[in-house]
Formats: sequence, structure tokens, C-alpha cells
Amino acid sequence: MSAKTLYDKLWDSHFVKERDDGSALIYIDRHVIHEVTSPQAFEGLRLAGRDLWRVNSVIATPDHNVPTTSAERSAGVAGIKDDVARIQVQTLDDNCADFGVREFKINDQRQGIVHVIGPESGACLPGMTIVCGDSHTSTNGALGALAHGIGTSEVEHVFASQCLVAKKMKNMLVKVDGELGPGVSPKDVVLAIIGKIGTAGGTGYAIEFGGQVFRDMSMEGRMTVCNMAIEGGARVGMVAVDQTTLDYVKGRPYAPTGEQWEMAEAQWRDLHSDADAHFDAVIEIDGASIEPQVSWGTSPEMVLPVSATVPNPSNENDPVKKEGIERALEYMGLNADQAITDIQLDRVFIGSCTNSRIEDMRAAAAVVKGRKKADNVKEAIVVPGSGLVKAQAEEEGLDKIFIEAGLEWREPGCSMCLAMNADKLGAGEHCASTSNRNFEGRQGYGGRTHLVGPEMAAAAAIAGHFIDVRELMQH
Amino acid sequence: MKAFTRLQGLLAPMDRANVDTDLIIPKQFLKSIKRSGFGPNLFDELRYLDEGYPGQDNSQRPINPEFALNQERYQGAQILLARKNFGCGSSREHAPWALDDFGIRCVIAPSFADIFFNNCFKNGLLPVVLPEDVVDSLFQQMYDKEGYSIVVDLEAQKVISPDGSEYGFEVDSFRRHCLLNGLDDIGLTLQHSEDIKKFEQQRRASSPWLFQDL
Repeated sequence: MSAKTLYDKLWDSHFVKERDDGSALIYIDRHVIHEVTSPQAFEGLRLAGRDLWRVNSVIATPDHNVPTTSAERSAGVAGIKDDVARIQVQTLDDNCADFGVREFKINDQRQGIVHVIGPESGACLPGMTIVCGDSHTSTNGALGALAHGIGTSEVEHVFASQCLVAKKMKNMLVKVDGELGPGVSPKDVVLAIIGKIGTAGGTGYAIEFGGQVFRDMSMEGRMTVCNMAIEGGARVGMVAVDQTTLDYVKGRPYAPTGEQWEMAEAQWRDLHSDADAHFDAVIEIDGASIEPQVSWGTSPEMVLPVSATVPNPSNENDPVKKEGIERALEYMGLNADQAITDIQLDRVFIGSCTNSRIEDMRAAAAVVKGRKKADNVKEAIVVPGSGLVKAQAEEEGLDKIFIEAGLEWREPGCSMCLAMNADKLGAGEHCASTSNRNFEGRQGYGGRTHLVGPEMAAAAAIAGHFIDVRELMQH
Repeated sequence: MKAFTRLQGLLAPMDRANVDTDLIIPKQFLKSIKRSGFGPNLFDELRYLDEGYPGQDNSQRPINPEFALNQERYQGAQILLARKNFGCGSSREHAPWALDDFGIRCVIAPSFADIFFNNCFKNGLLPVVLPEDVVDSLFQQMYDKEGYSIVVDLEAQKVISPDGSEYGFEVDSFRRHCLLNGLDDIGLTLQHSEDIKKFEQQRRASSPWLFQDL
């Protein structure tokens, strides 16, 4: 038998059948849903008179447009002021009740961002195929699972058949060896990878993140990295199962126990690429060379080390790229050759499915502890990824550290990552954001997003402009 | 689903690389629980000079005259000519829904993001990949000649320009079959129900923890 990659193994173990045209039916173990991309799929089921194929494969939570202030949150769904958003969240509740789907509702402590609650609850496990109508579903790949985003038609397809029609992707290995320097976070690693391969570099590939840096990384860190596979163009990001994975999963509410745990562990221990497995593409990066990153433009590939200066379009020969840089500079209100550290900030957002887990909260709190938010930063919000992350952070006193430093401590949800709720940027405002996309208007009409890790966002909140967090760590 | 066979239509430009789904349909419009009605807000931030919100009367909003789709010569366009990595970003199917609702039936580009590409086929919208130099030349011809209209023939897998030049493209056979016949994917998959059930039984035996109630 030939050597297989982790992706090959996951594909093979979920392969139902090949059809005459060469496409495959792939079995889906877990289907996570939220309020934005599911209503039309439920409607489609009703119109066709179909039921869910397997109701216990589905788990739901509202996240995209739930409010994050405790005042608006306290009255639950009825308290959501935005009528259209309230109807959407209510529709999720109604659909889950009608079809018998397990839902962590708005003020359930287990509610949170889909990609945070999946691993946290043990609903998402190693070796699974996991889909969700959300492109950041790749986050779950950190568990050694095959996880990716799907559109609403596919949500309906999985509802009705437990399968997806798929074509096998190519294999890419992104190998980061060596050790990360102090103050360099998993977010910096993934931003550096995207800066290198570009936003379409992984298109058509399933990426496995391998090498010393990922073996040394916590599960939370691996989730941050896999989360942004899609910003590198790949629907799927994965990390092989090791002891770190098993230790993370064991004891989660929906994780197997007893004899079934033994069975599961035996299967999961094989979830790694064979030594001589073939990858169609291999990217290698030296971990020690990665610096804290800041995105300056309107695409995640427009990212640089904090010590760098903003690009000058006159140095670019490709006319499409040159125009892209010029447009980005204009939208972002930046000058060519301006130092990244000269970018002044209006807001700071710490949260999102990329960076809202307990470790992110700890990292940000460690930076702001005993310091004060700069006056020019109008608002700095910290939005935990789930009610359980929030409770854990409060038990550790992190909420007090943030509040004393002048940051706001909010209720869990997607929040300002995509600004579907009230948390958004004003036109022209610069934001240091731990989210995943810096597209035009992403965080609010005319808003200017700079993607960073939680440590760098926290440091920016204190300084009022970007600084190398390693400077703060020395004091 | 609407079938797509052969389309003769006016070409309009979306002349920038990496057009993301937030640009195609901004997030505030994703709160709808319907599949239709997104057309007036397609490319909202480029089409209008103010910030849009759901439920407003778009006919009263200030139009951006610089934006191609607002210009007289591109009115009624059914084919969008775009640059590389079109549709990157989120999985929102609202992006193809908005294009379709606006009247676009086909997007031609040197490359597409995976999820958007896939979503198009579920909605009777054809994404056509042509080499970068061909796309460059189509842009040039379109800019040079008002009323530039082309034929996209899915059966023959060809784009035919007004001067009779033909450019071949490929669509995988299953997607092509579904699009040509307007077939519902789910019905086709459910023809394999017995295979799915058999697979599921084996999986339940080997990995029972996957089937516990939540």
C-alpha cells in the first residue's frame, strides 16, 4: 500500500462511492450551523418535503449577528434591537426546534462562535469530516479532522443526504521548522505564511501544517493557524494528531469515554501523514525568522513584519498588482514607504474565530496588565469566543485586567470581525484587529482593518499606534 | 435550478483582482432569510456613494457614475469579465444569489476562489476559467467596442467573440451535466441512499462515538 498524507487518510475513510463522472460522495460526520447560512437550507428541505438524514450529526448556535453588550444581550433573542437580525436568530431557534437539532441558544453558557464551540464541546473530534456554512470551518482541522466551509445549497445537501459531492483536492505541506521567538504568536505564523503564498496560493489544495513549530504549538494556536487556511486560498487546513491533540480532546462533554475512548485513541493515533507520503506542493519557512506581523492593505496577503514600511507601488512591475497596491493605499489612507509603526489607531478588536480562545485572552491580558489604553483609541473591545471562554477568563481575573486597562469586556459572538451586529468601524477609522479579513468595508463601511495577533492588538491599544510587542515585553 | 446551455450576452467589466465576497454582497444584507432580492445590493459599496442597509429604497441612493455596471453602455449585461481569484473570502452563497438576481448568468476570469466557484454551479450560474492573456484581450476588445457581446456555449465548452474567435474552456462533466439540464443535486445524491446507509452502518460499527446524541 502506498504512503498516504493525512488528507488522503481522511478522504479515504469517508469515501462512500465514486460516481460515473469521477466525482465522489463523501460522508459527513458533523454539521455545524449558524443563523446566517442555514435558513434558506431549512426552507429548501421544507419545500422538497425532505427531513434531516441524521439529526444527531447537527449542532447549532447563533453567532454572526448576536449583540455583545450585556445590556442588549440580557433579554435574549427578544432583546436584539436590529429587527432583521432578530428574525434571523429567531428563525434558527424555530428551525432547530422543528427539526429536533441541538442548539446552544443565545444565552446558553455553551453558546459562542461556531468554530470555537465545536472543539470546545467535543462535538468536533479528530478523524471527523466537519462542514459548516462558513469558510472558517477549517479551524477544526487543528484536531486532525477534514473540515471546510460550504455554501447554503451544500448545507441543504448535507442536511438531506449526510454527504457532499466532492472532488479530491491536491496535497500541500506547509512546513515551519525551528522555534518561534518570544512574542511571536500563531497568528504571526499564519499571516507570514499567507504573505508568502498569497491569497490564492492554496486554491485547490488541502494544506497540512507540519514541522517543529506546529508540534510545539498548543491546540488553540493550531486552531488559529488552520482557521486562516482559507485566507491562503485553501478550503482545508490540518495538523496531525499527537499527544497535544489527545490531551485537549479527553474529557470534553461530547468526547468518547471509557472503552470508546480507547477505540477512538487507537484510530486517531494514525492520523498523520506517512513518512514518505507525497505532497503536490511543499512550502518551507524558518520559524525563527518570523516577526510579529501587521496587515497594511485590503487583502490578507498584504501583510508585513511590524518593523517594515508600507510598500511603494512604483517598485512593482506587474500592472495588476501595482494598481492593487495603489487602490489599497488609497482605501487605507496610508502613504507609500510609511513605517507600519506610524499607523495611528482608532479602535482595537480582540476576538473572532481566529483569536478568541482562552489562550488569546491570556496573551492579550498579559500585555495590557497594569497599563492603560491610549487616549486616541476610542474603543478597544475584547469579545470572548464562547460563554465558556468568558467564564474561564473571568475565573482567572482577565476581565478585570482588561477593564482596568480601559478595554471593554463583552459577551461572546463574531462581533466586529464582520460587523453584522452593532460592533463596527466608522468610515476612515483604523482598527488593530485579531480577526481574519481586511477586505474593504469588512468591519464597517469605509473601515480600515489591520490584522494582527492578540499580543500585537493589545500592545497597539496601549500605544495608540502599532509597536513591536516585544518592546513592551522587555519592561 | 435554472439550466444553462448557450448564452449570448453583453459583457461588463469587474476590472480588479481578488474581488472578495464582502465586495460582491456586504454583510449587512446577509441577515435576510430568503434566497432572492440581493440584486439591488450587488457590489453595494462600489455602486452607491453612501452606506447601504437592508430594506431601504435603493432608487433614492446616490449612484457612483465611475462604476462600470452603472454606466449606460453596460446596462443589461449578463456576463461579467473579471480578474484572478474572483470570489475569494467567505462561503456566503448570497454572492452568486446577488449576481443572479442582478441578471448576471456567467462570470469569466483567469481563476476563482474554490467555495464561490462551487456555489455558482448550485445556482445555474456558470463560472468560466480562461487563460490570463485571453481575459486581457477580452477586456481590451470590450473597452474598445461599445455593445460588446459574446456567446458562452456550455454544450461546446466555448466562448465565441464577435469576430468569430473561439476560446475553449473546461467544466467537469458532472457539473456540466447538472447545469445543462438544470438538475437538483440532492435528488441525484439520494439515488445512492442505499450506498450511504451501508457506509453509515460500517462507520457506526467501527466508530460508534460519532453517532451519539448531542
